[in-house]
Amino acid sequence: MGFAHAPGDVPSIVEDELLRIICLLAAAAILLAAGGNAFADGSGDPTAVKNEDGKYLDKEGSPTYKIQPDGTVDWYTYSGYRRYHSDCHVCHGPDGMGSSYAPALKDSLKTMSYGDFLSTVASGRKNVSTAQDNVMPAFGDNPNVACHMDDIYVYLRARANDAVGRVRPAKHEDKTKVYADAEDSCMGTKH
Amino acid sequence: MRKVLLATSLGALSVFAAGSAAANDELIRMSQNPNEWVMPTGDYANTRYSKLKQINSSNVGKLQAAWTFSTGVLRGHEGGPLILGNVMYVHTPFPNKVYALDLSNENKIIWTYEPKQDPNVIPVMCCDTVNRGLAYGDGKIFLHQADDKLVALNAKNGNVEWTAVNGDPSKGQTGTSAPMVVKDKVLVGTSGGEFGVQCSMTAYNMKDGKQAWKAYSEGPDDQIMVDPEKTTALGKPIGKDSSLKTWEGDQWKIGGGCTWGWIAYDPSLNLVYYGSGNPSTWNPKQRPGDNKWSMTIFARNPDNGMAKWVYQMTPHDEWDYDGVNEMILTDQSIDGKPRKLLTHFDRNGLGYTLDRTDGELLVAQKYDPKVNWTTGVDMNKSSPTFGRPKVVAEYSTDQNGEDHNNKGICPAALGSKDEQPAAYSPETQLFYVPTNHVCMDYEPFKVSYTAGQPYVGATLSMYPPPGETNMGNFIAWDGKTGKIVWSNKEQFSVWSGALATAGNVVFYGTLEGYLKAVDAKTGKELYKFKTPSGIIGNVTTYEQNGKQYIAVLSGVGGWAGIGLAAGLTDPTDGLGAVGGYAALSNYTALGGTLTVFALPQQ
Repeated sequence: MGFAHAPGDVPSIVEDELLRIICLLAAAAILLAAGGNAFADGSGDPTAVKNEDGKYLDKEGSPTYKIQPDGTVDWYTYSGYRRYHSDCHVCHGPDGMGSSYAPALKDSLKTMSYGDFLSTVASGRKNVSTAQDNVMPAFGDNPNVACHMDDIYVYLRARANDAVGRVRPAKHEDKTKVYADAEDSCMGTKH
Repeated sequence: MRKVLLATSLGALSVFAAGSAAANDELIRMSQNPNEWVMPTGDYANTRYSKLKQINSSNVGKLQAAWTFSTGVLRGHEGGPLILGNVMYVHTPFPNKVYALDLSNENKIIWTYEPKQDPNVIPVMCCDTVNRGLAYGDGKIFLHQADDKLVALNAKNGNVEWTAVNGDPSKGQTGTSAPMVVKDKVLVGTSGGEFGVQCSMTAYNMKDGKQAWKAYSEGPDDQIMVDPEKTTALGKPIGKDSSLKTWEGDQWKIGGGCTWGWIAYDPSLNLVYYGSGNPSTWNPKQRPGDNKWSMTIFARNPDNGMAKWVYQMTPHDEWDYDGVNEMILTDQSIDGKPRKLLTHFDRNGLGYTLDRTDGELLVAQKYDPKVNWTTGVDMNKSSPTFGRPKVVAEYSTDQNGEDHNNKGICPAALGSKDEQPAAYSPETQLFYVPTNHVCMDYEPFKVSYTAGQPYVGATLSMYPPPGETNMGNFIAWDGKTGKIVWSNKEQFSVWSGALATAGNVVFYGTLEGYLKAVDAKTGKELYKFKTPSGIIGNVTTYEQNGKQYIAVLSGVGGWAGIGLAAGLTDPTDGLGAVGGYAALSNYTALGGTLTVFALPQQ
């Protein structure tokens, strides 16, 4: 980012004031940009501020990841890794990296909010024109996906912020009873 | 052509209606003319061998691109064109356009066909919107659409003559495979093994599109079209309820066993051969039993659909090693005795040679030395496990259970080879096999079934075998002994169908986009040319006005385009990328083009 120049025809007092404001804005923007790489995605700051039975939430209340200094990941990140590689990678490629026709979700999540993610997964998306034939199905009534939307979101959020790499997370927190009960009830008793 | 109605009695084994024999004779005669390429597989034996030799190992180095044709479609282009007389028929992935090109008039477009299909079929195609090509018979071009409709087009003008609905895409059943014309019928398989479809092979009357028979891969005896006493497996009658007994409850109804590979036909034995794919789901714990007849080679009578023999290669699959790859029919001598053979390079990494008259198992050997999930097939005929692969416990995703990550299994789910067909030269008596050289981690877990939704149930990550940097090999294989004769490394999986020619040249394409020509005897590279996109199509040859041409579709995609686009998962992530983990997206981009090669004017 370069320095902004005040317009030359502005009176000097105003010019000084403008310069001051512009410098402040620029400084703030630099801070934001610097922070943006590590601490912001389509849902804002991913820092976990709350832990509800193994589910971490950011200050907006959106689900997020939590990586311990020794590399242990939260259960949702780990579970999301597995669910992603069962149901999503057949189009979106390994590790959220994209395929020859479907976007890399580790990049999409840099700008896509939690709400947009949920609605896209639930309802699908169509992008059909003379140039391309890309269609994402609606997963809203697929329990393998619908019951694990937060898991997949948290994993991809961690990928978008480079908090986890391309490999399978080596260590993870245990599945909590609250999670297991909710999962069982969501998945039903079909099997 | 005479039109004679076939006897409707399904059990009539020996009926040779005049109409069917004539149609069959026409195609057999056409397939013997090396100037044309009238079947998706080149010939009924699936050899992909051409007698043309104007282009040969001493002049192929001078090959040049003669003309090109853009298909106007971006995603993965599998298969290859048909050439009938002066007309070339080019197909595309979804939306499944068909072009008829006039080879005698500057390759002008004679007609174009583009079906209207519901785009909702796109996301239920597991591995890109590929289509493996067209078939010809009785003046019609047969197209197997993505929405699993089989359409007969008038070869002269592209008009639709009839449409048959083969399956329901809203349940995840789709069309990717090439149809095959056998006698008076068109045979067509189906896709949907990742959606819990009960898959089948279906025959339609070529004349009017009426269904003649439909044989499922799993289910009750009448649905799978077997005779418990007469249909054999490894020489013994399969008995009653051979499939039902190997599934828990009614799981066979969502059992997969899809039939999206190539079909072979032996006119003298009157048998068609094809393979069935993975049992659904990929979590083996959820479907106890051998899951018959998934992962099986079928030999069926094309007139009535009845199975003569079956052989299940991977009972109770634990790795997604579909058995759909092509069956190549050859006549060779083993131990001095002439045999009618069937050779098959399975996804599971074993190259099988069987006697195609009765399904006797003769050879089963690894065609990639890295294959580790099995120590080999039990070849002892008196053993109770005769014909079964011996599974290594460490790599058994069933024995290790759900939620266990099984590491270092070779090959990966995409197999040591996938649909990309091998070729066979009767001169060298060698098979030329495009292979994948990739291993995987595989973790099965519980899934629930919802119609029309993916039914997978396993987490995978893939990478080259430890210590190696190439993800593919192009090999020459001796099917009589089960040995690799030569092997060329390729950076990426070789996902292109091979072509062998009488000119001692073998052709194949690479995922970076090269068309390569190698010496049939030694494997020495003689020529390469980078086409506009990665090649997952099959190489074809034909002659027009006394000149031999080589044609191939480029247009990266398919499963290879998904798994390799961004590069494979590097287990040592962060330590610096090596060649084996290279991203395909650094080499090529989407776009369908047919490139046709010829020698320069003398």
